[in-house]
Amino acid sequence: MTDRTDKYMGQALKRKEDPRFITGAGQYTDDFVLHGMLHAAMVRSPYAHARITGIDKSSVEDMPGVHAVLTGEDVAAAGTGPIPVGWLLPELKVPPHHAVAQGEVNHVGDIVAVVVADTRAQAEDAAAMLAVDYEALPSVALGSAALEDGAPQVHDDVPGNVAFRWEIGDEAALNEAFGRAHKTVKVNLRNHRLVPNAIEPRASLAQFSPASGEYLLYTTSQNPHIHRLILAAFVLNIPEHKLRVISPDVGGGFGSKIFQYQEEVIVLLAARLLGKPVKWAARRSESFVSDMQGRDHESEAELAVDAEGRMLGLRVNTVANLGAYLTLFAPAVPTYLYGTLLNGVYKFPAVHAKVTGVVTNTVPVDAYRGAGRPEATYLVERVVDVMAHELGMDPAEFRRINFIQPDEFPYQTPVALVYDSGNYEPALDMALDMMKYPDLRAEQERMKGTGKILGIGVISYVEACGLAPSALVGQLGAQAGQWESSLVRVHPTGKVELYTGSHSHGQGHETAFPQIAADELQIPIEDIDLIHGDTGRMPYGWGTYGSRSAAVGGSALKVALQKITAKAKKIAAHLLEASEEDVEHAEGVFRVKGAPGQQKTFFDVALMAHLAHNLPEGLEPGLEATAFYDPKNFVYPFGTHIAVVEIDTDTGHVKLRNYGCVDDCGPLINPLIVEGQVHGGIAQGAGQALWEDAAYDDEGNFLAGTFMEYAVPRADDLPSFETGHTVTPSPHNPLGVKGIGESGTIASSAAVANAVMDALWHECRIPHLDMPYTSEKVWRAIRDARGAGLGQAADD
Amino acid sequence: MYPANFDYHRASSVQEALAMMAENPDLKVIAGGHSLLPAMRLRLAQPPALLDVFGLEELRGIRREGDVFVVGAMTTHAQVLRSELPLFPEVAHEVGDPMVRNRGTIGGSLAHADPSADYPAAALALGVEFVIRGPGGERTVPADEMFVGMFESAVGLGELLTHIRIPASVRGSAYEKFKHPASHYAIAGVAVVRHADGEIRAAYTGAGERAERLPLLEERLNAGQPAGEGLVDAANLLGDRFASPEYRAHLVDVLAGRAAARV
Repeated sequence: MTDRTDKYMGQALKRKEDPRFITGAGQYTDDFVLHGMLHAAMVRSPYAHARITGIDKSSVEDMPGVHAVLTGEDVAAAGTGPIPVGWLLPELKVPPHHAVAQGEVNHVGDIVAVVVADTRAQAEDAAAMLAVDYEALPSVALGSAALEDGAPQVHDDVPGNVAFRWEIGDEAALNEAFGRAHKTVKVNLRNHRLVPNAIEPRASLAQFSPASGEYLLYTTSQNPHIHRLILAAFVLNIPEHKLRVISPDVGGGFGSKIFQYQEEVIVLLAARLLGKPVKWAARRSESFVSDMQGRDHESEAELAVDAEGRMLGLRVNTVANLGAYLTLFAPAVPTYLYGTLLNGVYKFPAVHAKVTGVVTNTVPVDAYRGAGRPEATYLVERVVDVMAHELGMDPAEFRRINFIQPDEFPYQTPVALVYDSGNYEPALDMALDMMKYPDLRAEQERMKGTGKILGIGVISYVEACGLAPSALVGQLGAQAGQWESSLVRVHPTGKVELYTGSHSHGQGHETAFPQIAADELQIPIEDIDLIHGDTGRMPYGWGTYGSRSAAVGGSALKVALQKITAKAKKIAAHLLEASEEDVEHAEGVFRVKGAPGQQKTFFDVALMAHLAHNLPEGLEPGLEATAFYDPKNFVYPFGTHIAVVEIDTDTGHVKLRNYGCVDDCGPLINPLIVEGQVHGGIAQGAGQALWEDAAYDDEGNFLAGTFMEYAVPRADDLPSFETGHTVTPSPHNPLGVKGIGESGTIASSAAVANAVMDALWHECRIPHLDMPYTSEKVWRAIRDARGAGLGQAADD
Repeated sequence: MYPANFDYHRASSVQEALAMMAENPDLKVIAGGHSLLPAMRLRLAQPPALLDVFGLEELRGIRREGDVFVVGAMTTHAQVLRSELPLFPEVAHEVGDPMVRNRGTIGGSLAHADPSADYPAAALALGVEFVIRGPGGERTVPADEMFVGMFESAVGLGELLTHIRIPASVRGSAYEKFKHPASHYAIAGVAVVRHADGEIRAAYTGAGERAERLPLLEERLNAGQPAGEGLVDAANLLGDRFASPEYRAHLVDVLAGRAAARV
C-alpha cells in the first residue's frame, strides 16, 4: 500500500456496463438463439397439495409443433437424480425434490409436466391443454399451523412437518439473566413472506452435443459454478467438465438466482433426449410461484433489562416456514444467518434462540436479500423499541447505552459470531444529526390533534456478510467452500483481463473490480476489463450472494494483482539493471529510487514478459496470476437508519416521508455504486414494511400472483433518501472492505416498522402490529385503541 | 406470446367496424388494450378474434359544441389530461402511468366498466351522455344508465361507444381517490361536481360492483350540510384482503368529505 496512490478506489465512477444496459444492448439468457432451438413450457400445479392420478400425453401430442411431453416418470427413467440441499443440519429431514413431480405435487406452481415444441406459443398452448387428473390432498400454508396436532402432512418422510429443530446460545445463562431482570417485554412477531421479483425473470437454454458428450447451459445464475457442480455431480451424473454454464447479463437476483432450480435440469435433459437445444423463459406469473421466496417467520421474542435499562438477555423462539421443499441454502438462512445475528449491536450477557424449520404446501423459501439478517434485525430492533417505549426512554438513547464499545472488538457474542470491528455510536450520532432528530420529536408533539401522526423509527444494525471462512461454514453444515478465486491475465500490450468467480447481476463489478486493479497496477482503467459468469473461462468460483463479492472476490483479485506487481517489479528491476529493492512502483511506472528518468512502464514490462528476450534468470515468461482467497472471518457492516412516517388517521394511510441512514461498510470502492445499493435496499425493505405480502390462504392457494395484487414500491411511494457513511475498515481482508449489497434491506424494514409503531405508540399506546402496515390494518388499530380509551387527543 | 391464439382485424371506419361486428359476433373490440391485453396474457380472457378500433381518427379528439364538449371515444388519457374538460383532466392524472395514459382511451375505459376505474365516478357526477352506435343507428345513453354491473356497460353486442358528451362548464369539481397499493386502481374514489345551475352531483367508484351516484351526499350538500357519514351501505360493497367492505364504506365517507370541501 505504501508505494501506490489511490486514483480510482473511492471514486464515484459511472458504471462501465451501463451504456449497454440503457441502450438495450445487454445480452440476457433469453436473447441467445441456437440453431434448431425448441421451446419448453411448464405445466404447473393449480393445487397446493395433490396426488397426480393421470397425465394423458395424447391430449396434446398431436397439437401443432409439439415434440415431446415429459413427466416425472420420464425424468426418473432418464436417471436424473433429485436436486440436493447444499447446507445440512443435524437430523435434517430432506424430502426429495424432483425436477418434475413424481406422483405428488406440494405447492401451487410445482412442475407436473413439460411440453417441448417448435415455438414458445405452441409450447404454451399445449401446456395449457394437457389433461392432468389430480386427487386433492389436505394442505397447510402457515408454519405454526403445520406444527399443530393433526395438521396435514406435507411429506411422508418429514414427520410432523418438522425438517429440523435448532438452537443457539446458553439457555441456562439466559434464564439466570431473566431471573435478575428489572423489566421484561414479550412480543409476538410475524416476518411475512416476500416474492423476490428480480426484473429479469429466470430463463435457461441448454444444448447437448452427442459427438463430445458436452452440455452447454445458458442460465440466469448468481453462481454458475455452483450450478455446474450440482447439475453435473448430483443430478445428471456427468463429469463437470462436460458441462459449461454461462450466466450472461442477468437482470437482478436478490438471492433468487442462487439456487438450483427444476427448470435448469429440465432443459438439459430435454436437450439430450430430443437432440436439439431447448429454451425456457419464465413468464412473470411463473416467477411468482416458482422463484424461491423469502422470510416467513413467526417468532416470540422476550427482552430483559436491569434497573438502569441495560440489556440482560434476549429469548427467541421462531418457527421458520421453509415451503414445500428444502432448497440450496434453505436450512442455513433461518439458523446460521439468523440466530447468530440476534445479538444485534448490543452487549447482551445472554441470548438464546430456538428455531423450528417447518415444511408447508407453499413455494420453497430460501435466501432473499439479507437472508436471515433482516429477520434478526427486525426482531431485535422491534423488541428493543417496545422496551424503550415501556421504559419511557428515548429509543436512540436506549440503544446508545447498550452498544458494544469500540475498544471491545473483536467482540465475541453469546451466539457464536466474533464481530471483526465496529464503532456504533458515531454512526448513530451522525444519523440523528442528519435527520435533525430533536426537531422531529418536537414536530411529533406539534402534530397531535391534526389528523396526522408522525412516527420516527430509529434502528441500529450489524450484519454478517462476506461469506465466509470455508472451514467454519463446513463445520456448520455447508456442502460448499466459500473462498473466491481470481485470475489476472496481462496481455503483451499491457491490456488486462480480470476473471472472477463473483458474478455481477446489478452490482457493478465491471466497474468496481477494474477500479481495484487500476490502482494496484497503476494503469488507466480503460485498459482493464472484467470477465465473469462463464465456467468455461474462470478458474472456479462460488459466486455472488451474502454481500461477498467485494470482501471475498475483491480480496482474491487484490492478492492476484499483488502477484502480478511482484513479478512485474522483478522484470522491471532486471530491465533497469537495478536491484529489486531499489525499484519502486509509483506514479504509474517502475523506477529506480533517486534516479529520475530510469523507469519502465507497465507496457514495457508486459511486453518483455511475453517476448521473454530478456528476463531475470529462472523467471517464467508471461504475466498472469491466479489467487484463491479464503476469508478469515465474516465482515460486519453496521449503521443506523432513521425512517419518518406520517399517518393519516382518517384512512390509516402510511406515507414514508423521510429516510436517512449512515452505513459503515469500510472503505468505499465506488461511492456511486454503494449509493445505488443503499437506495435499492432501502426501497426493498420499505416495500416489506408497507406493501409487499406474498399471502397464501390457509390451504396454500397463493393470493398475490401478479403485480395487481403484489405491491412493490414505486418511485412515487418513496422520499429522497439521505445517506452518509462512517468508515471502519475490516482488519482481516486486504482491502479492508465490508459489504453493502444487503444492508439497506436488512435495516429498512425494521426502521420503517419502528416508525409506524412509534407513531401508533405515541398516539394510542399500541405496542406492536405486524408488517405490512396496510391502511386498513392501521385504521382499525387506531379506531379500536381509541374505542378502548387509549387514544390521546382524539382529533375527530 | 402468452395469450391463446386469436385472429386480429383492424377497422378503417366506424361504419366498417359495425359491419364487421354484425358479420362476426365473436369479435371483441380492442381500443388501447390496457385492460384486455393483461387479461389475455394471463389467459383470463381468450377472445377468438379482436377488432382494433384504436386507429379510428373519427373517434379521436375533443371538440366543443355549444355548452358541451364532444369527446371521441379513442381520445387517450394523455389527451384528456391536457384538455380543458371539466374534472376529467384531474381524474386522468390518476389513471395508470404515462405509458398507460399514452395508449389507454377514455372510451375504452368507460365501455369496459371496470368497477375500480376512475372515470365512471366523474362521468356520473358530471352527468355526461354516451353516444353509442349500433346496427340500428345511434342512441344516447345518460350516465346514470351506463354502468350496469361489474365489467358491464350499456354498450351492447354489436355496438360501439363513439363519443362522450360532457358539460362544458361547471362551477366546481373534485375527485378524491384512495389507491390499491399494488394495482393503483381505486379502492374507493369520489367525484363531486357543482354544476352551472348550482346543483351538486356526486358519485363513487371502486368500492362496489359498479360506480353509482351518492344520493345521500348530494342531498346533504345541496342542503348546505356537511358530507357526514354513512353515505353507502357496506353490505353492498366489495371486499378483498386489502380493503373490507366496512373499510371501503368508511373511505367513501372520508373521500366525500374531502372532495366536497374542494367544490
